[in-house]
Order: sequence, then structure tokens, then C-alpha cells
Amino acid sequence: MSIILDHVNYIYEEDTTMAYPALTDVNLVIPDGQFIGLIGHTGSGKSTLVQHLNGLLKPTSGAIYYNGADINDEGYDKKLLRSKVGLVFQYPEHQLFEVDVFSDVCFGPKNLGLDKKEIQLRAYAALKQVGIADEYFYQSPFDLSGGQKRRVAIAGVLAMKPEVLILDEPTAGLDPKGRDEILDQIAKLREETGMTVILVSHSMEDVAKYVDRLIVMNKSRVVFDDTPAAVFAHYEELEQIGLAAPQITYIMQALREKGLSVDTGITTVTEAKEAILKALRG
Amino acid sequence: MLKDITLGQYYQTDSVIHRLDPRVKLVSTVVFIISLFIVDNFIGYLIAAAFLFAVIKLSKVPFSFMVRGMKSILILLLFAVVFNLFLTPGEVLVSFWKLKITKEGLRLAVMMAVRLMFLIIGSSVMTLTTTPNHLTDGLEKLLNPLKVFKVPVHEIAMMMSIALRFIPILLEETDKIMKAQIARGADFESGNLFKKAKSLVPLLVPLFISAFRRANDLATAMEARCYRGGEHRTKMKPLVYAKRDFMAYAFVFGYLVLCIVFGKILF
Repeated sequence: MSIILDHVNYIYEEDTTMAYPALTDVNLVIPDGQFIGLIGHTGSGKSTLVQHLNGLLKPTSGAIYYNGADINDEGYDKKLLRSKVGLVFQYPEHQLFEVDVFSDVCFGPKNLGLDKKEIQLRAYAALKQVGIADEYFYQSPFDLSGGQKRRVAIAGVLAMKPEVLILDEPTAGLDPKGRDEILDQIAKLREETGMTVILVSHSMEDVAKYVDRLIVMNKSRVVFDDTPAAVFAHYEELEQIGLAAPQITYIMQALREKGLSVDTGITTVTEAKEAILKALRG
Repeated sequence: MLKDITLGQYYQTDSVIHRLDPRVKLVSTVVFIISLFIVDNFIGYLIAAAFLFAVIKLSKVPFSFMVRGMKSILILLLFAVVFNLFLTPGEVLVSFWKLKITKEGLRLAVMMAVRLMFLIIGSSVMTLTTTPNHLTDGLEKLLNPLKVFKVPVHEIAMMMSIALRFIPILLEETDKIMKAQIARGADFESGNLFKKAKSLVPLLVPLFISAFRRANDLATAMEARCYRGGEHRTKMKPLVYAKRDFMAYAFVFGYLVLCIVFGKILF
């Protein structure tokens, strides 16, 4: 059970002078249950890539397999695929439209043709999963705060019970507190449900703490695909493509250069603290 | 699905036609449209086709781009052809059941189809080679004499340029919202008319909200920069005719004369 991308290419505006490649020879295997960070500069092709995973975009060449079946085959049930591979777009709050929060979350499961009871149960569970309190259920989604709107929108996708959850820049435009809340919620969600999560971001700091695999994209290609620590070891190359390793990586590197024997693959502050203390105490 | 709308879309490249003054292109387009309704014989259309072909070649815009815009008027075209074909009285060529095709009808249908096609292609040449800003600048300049009659020319041009500017933005927005709702299992394609109309609600509500939000933001931004339209505004890049513009005018009016002479008078 996995997603496999086999030599996927995608060209925008083919046959015009504006034609440019958004994806070039992308090969990936995404097994069940992984927490993946997809990082890249604006325009590196990361949004294009995730839109291929649920069949919204069709590759110019190459193939995508979900659980062993080619999703672009004639007769493949795209609707079912989209409920299994849930995609939360950038600024998802812009897609809210219903009169109240609860009906908006019901939209997804309703489209799956479930019965009313099941729809409501799922909507309720999804709203709880993202931490929306009962008192907001029957308010207009447009009266909520930015962070709340976004969580309602995420619940709208969760209510379809996806096996893979893809979030495109879920923290864009949020303040640090809202950002941490959303990311913590996603991490908790993954722990509870064990689903595959793909977090798209342009900020290393955001994802380093959570993910167990990092895919770095640059100019339509996958340049790194490894554990965060292994990717951050290439911090000089990351800088060249306009990205940066988390600040902690730089500190550890600097300490190492000064002769302190610490592990440079550390990605979080807590780990760093322990490593430094250990090194100092000898 | 939305990629097929080429109306009002600019095709970025460098060509003689792109560099022409927008006023020339506006006037030429009007002249071309008039010429299509003046000519009523084969030679006239041949001249029009040659003119159009030459302009397209000069503009360096791929022909497939022009044709893409045709898709949107295909139904209109079909209607015009079918009605003219079957409902024009005259000398009967073929008849079956209650329908008959007359010689006059055939002529009229073909003419109508050619006219419509040329009309669309001709005006797409203008929009494909001129940025919306240039276009409204040209329009403002051309309509300037109307100020004598208290027509708010600048405001009209401003509104037009804002509207045109928003077309690609709203198209992009529509595409995004559509994708987001499809990702939630929405279906915009199947079902009967009623169901289809209903399925548009999840698309239209967010679209309207975003349009209002954008309009609001734009108004605030304009106000913050002390915008006030009309009198005493100067342009950063005023439109000035160059030599090639006069040559283009000469060429276009030469074409018009040719059309009148060969398309109307001689035959």
C-alpha cells in the first residue's frame, strides 16, 4: 500500500513560449504511515507535485500508482482516490462556502454518497480532531478567526477519512502561535490515526521538528530525499538553492568546528541541549 | 478546462504587431470588422484572409492560439450556420423531409461562418498582442474628444483596465477553488442541468467573497496612494505615434480601400 511516482514529468503551458517544466523526472516511493516534509522554494514544483498525487493534474509523461493501480488509467475511480488522498490547499479557508461550520465540513463526506448519520458522525469527529469547540459548529465560517477558518477547512478534508493527508503550506500567513498550534495538531493527528502525512512548506524550521523524511525540490527536480538529519548535513547546498537548514544545525556545526564533539545531525533544540551538556560534562 | 479561454489573454513575445501603438491596433480592428461586413464576394474574403494571415504571421503568435478561442463560439457558429442554411428561401439545391437547402442559404451560411470566424480571430489578434493596460490607455486616448460631452473617459478606462486586469486573477482563483472542491469530492461535470447549477454554489460563493475582498483591498491601496482620477493626471509612458504606426495606418486603410473596390464595387 503506497504511492509510487515513476518518471513523472509535467510541463505548464505546453506548446507556447511560456512553456516551462514544473516537474522533471520525479521518482518517489511513499509508503504507508510516513510523515514527510516536502520542501522547496516558491516555484520549485512542490504544489504541482502534490496535485498529481490525487489526480488533479495529469503528468505530461510518466505514471503515478496508488496501491498498485495507475491513477490515470481509463475508468479509475478518481472520486474514491480523492477521498483516500486528501489534499488541503494553500489558504484552504478560501474554499469555505456553507452557511455554518458544520455543514461545510459535511460537504466532503456528502459527496462520497454516505448516509446522513455517517456524514454527521464524520464531520463531528473531524471538527474535534482539529480542536474546534462545539459552540462554533453553527456559526458562519466567515465569522471565525483566520486560524479557526483554516482548521475548519482542514476538518473538511479529514471528514472524508483519507489514508494520506497532504497539506500545502498549512501555516502560510499564520502568526507563530497559530503556526505551532496547527503543526502540533497535525502531528497529534498522525499519531492517533497513523495516516501518511505530507507537509508542504518552504520553511525548514517548520517541518524539521516533526517529519521523519524530507524531500527537497529545486527547479522542478527532487534534489534530496532522506531523513532530516541527512538532508541538513548538506546545509551548504541547501543555501545555494535558497533554503536553509534549521538554526540549530548551524550552531552544532559551529560547535563541532570549535572542537566540541557533538552530533551535527541534531534538529531540535531539546536534543541539542542534551548533546551539548553531555559533551561538556565529557 | 479554463485554459481554453483566450479572450483577453496576452501572448508574450516581441513582434512588430506587439510594438504598435494600441490606438493603431484598436482602429485597425474596428476597420477590419467593418471590412468584413462590407465585402460580400469571394475575392473580398480572400483579401480579408490574406490580410489576417499576414498580420498573424507578423505577430508571431502561434495560429493554434487563435483557434483555441474559437471553441467558445462554436455553438454560436453552429446555430448561425444551421439557421441560415435551412431557413433562407430561394432556389432549392437539396431537399429532404421538411428541410431544404437553398443556394442562397448555402451562400449565406458559409459567409456567416467565415465572417464570425474572422471576427473572432481578428479581435483575438488585438488582445493577444496588446497588454490590457496598453489597450485601455489607447482607448482612453481615442475616446478623449468625448470629454467635451462630459463623458467620464478616464473613469471608464480605469474601470475597464481594472476589469481586464482581474480576468486572469479571477480565472486563476476559479481554477484553485474548483480544484479545492474537487479534492473534497465535488463534481462539476455530471448530472442534469439543475444538479449542475447547484454544484456551482461551492464554487461561486468563495469566488464572490474573494472578488469582494480583492476589490476592497484594491480600493484601499488606491486610496492609500491618494489616487484621484480625471483632470491633471499625467502618464508615466504617454502614447506617442512612431513612424511604424503611420505605416500601419496606411497599410490598414489601403486594405480597406482594396476591400471596397474588389469586394463591393467591381464584382
